[in-house]
Amino acid sequence: MATWTWFHRLASPPHVYAFARRWTPWFGGFAALAMCAALFGGLVLAPADYQQKDAFRMVYVHAPTAWLSLMIYTTMAVAAAVGLIWRMKVAHAAAAACAPVGAWFTVAALGTGMLWGKPMWGAYWVWDPRLTAELVLLFLYFGYMGLRAGIEDPVKADKASAVLAVVGVINVPIIKFSVEWWNSLHQVATVMQMGKPKMDFDMLWPLLLMFLAFASYFITVLLIRLRAELLRRERNASWIREVLA
Amino acid sequence: MKTLVTRSTALAAARLVAVRDLRLAFHKPSQVIQPLMFFMIVATLFPLTLTPEMSRLRDAAPGVLWIGALLSSLLALEFLFRDDAVDGTLEQFALSGQSLTWMLFAKTCTHWMLTGLPLALSAPIAAAALGVSAGAMGGVVASLALGSFAMSLVGAIGAGLTLGARRGGVLLSLLTLPLAVPILIFGARATQLAISGGDIAPPMYLLGAIAVLGLTLAPLAAAAAVRIGLE
Repeated sequence: MATWTWFHRLASPPHVYAFARRWTPWFGGFAALAMCAALFGGLVLAPADYQQKDAFRMVYVHAPTAWLSLMIYTTMAVAAAVGLIWRMKVAHAAAAACAPVGAWFTVAALGTGMLWGKPMWGAYWVWDPRLTAELVLLFLYFGYMGLRAGIEDPVKADKASAVLAVVGVINVPIIKFSVEWWNSLHQVATVMQMGKPKMDFDMLWPLLLMFLAFASYFITVLLIRLRAELLRRERNASWIREVLA
Repeated sequence: MKTLVTRSTALAAARLVAVRDLRLAFHKPSQVIQPLMFFMIVATLFPLTLTPEMSRLRDAAPGVLWIGALLSSLLALEFLFRDDAVDGTLEQFALSGQSLTWMLFAKTCTHWMLTGLPLALSAPIAAAALGVSAGAMGGVVASLALGSFAMSLVGAIGAGLTLGARRGGVLLSLLTLPLAVPILIFGARATQLAISGGDIAPPMYLLGAIAVLGLTLAPLAAAAAVRIGLE
């Protein structure tokens, strides 16, 4: 039983609020430091790509945001499922806090992808399967946020959007596969293979560090948003007065 | 023994729901006819905006047929649960002690028989107007029939989720369209292959796979969604 106490404590808003307040500066501090180090590593230390020259450096923002956009959607769906199954209010609050951050990461991945596409493909937008799948992911986020905003009763909004998040996460791999299949039929030759060439270690470590920095940044923002959500949802609870006193 | 009895009563309840919905549709045929008219009008708008040239219209035909079918089925999905939620029928379903999943599944299948199937059967008229040859019609009808069935199943989840929302119509499209992307891709591909005389089996298998997945999971999700909306 003792091993499950941490899980049960997660259901308690005051506990989670205190936890979020304690850890926000740590994650924020790590994000700032790691981002500076990774930027230095990526923009100064890493050698230019022999084919893409300096334009490849876009990868240091593009790839981490693209990975995170998908991971945040999964996190949101897991939190939503936990909220549905164990009726945990905090989990619903966490899912609600995830959505706008994930949507912004998706926009960042699309934006940097377009900026990268201009020198590489000669156009801001091509119907590349990854870009298209990312765009559909953005629409999934919009649907989730739209449903949440469209239902006035907060309990109903939590549950309905949780069902949508779970349905969406089942659909993500199907969308990914169908878009790739669609593209392989229509695009005769890819302009440039963006596959997995073996990356030099000097190029790779800033990328991994940048991913950790962005992930840490996501956790920081999530914790801040979660606190705001908890304050809004529990505004009539007595523990709020004690915390804010 | 007990499970056998409950399963047969669940099926009997589902059959009653289906018969009721069919009977209601015969009394109010406008719900069946209007989405069809909408589909025909959308298909007519493309020659007016694109080109009257048959060869170019034939290239655009899969897209025109599928986007028309998708929009028309979204329009029809609005009526899937809404009327029954407003007059309290859904609440009675939920309180009846019978399986809500089976009853909503019956409703969804009936809804497809009344909207998706007629649309697929009348698609050859629109397709012929877009320059599609008569030999391709079998493939056009088959792909639209299977695709609209999958679409009804996915859409039932969205229709259930938006029961609690104001201005459900736009929201329903916003939720359902991204989820329908795979159906659209495989369905349009099957139609395209049918028109160009290719083998439509591969995209039809994939479309069938999506329909089977929807068949197993969508009624459960729709029942959960409707329960939330009724709370």
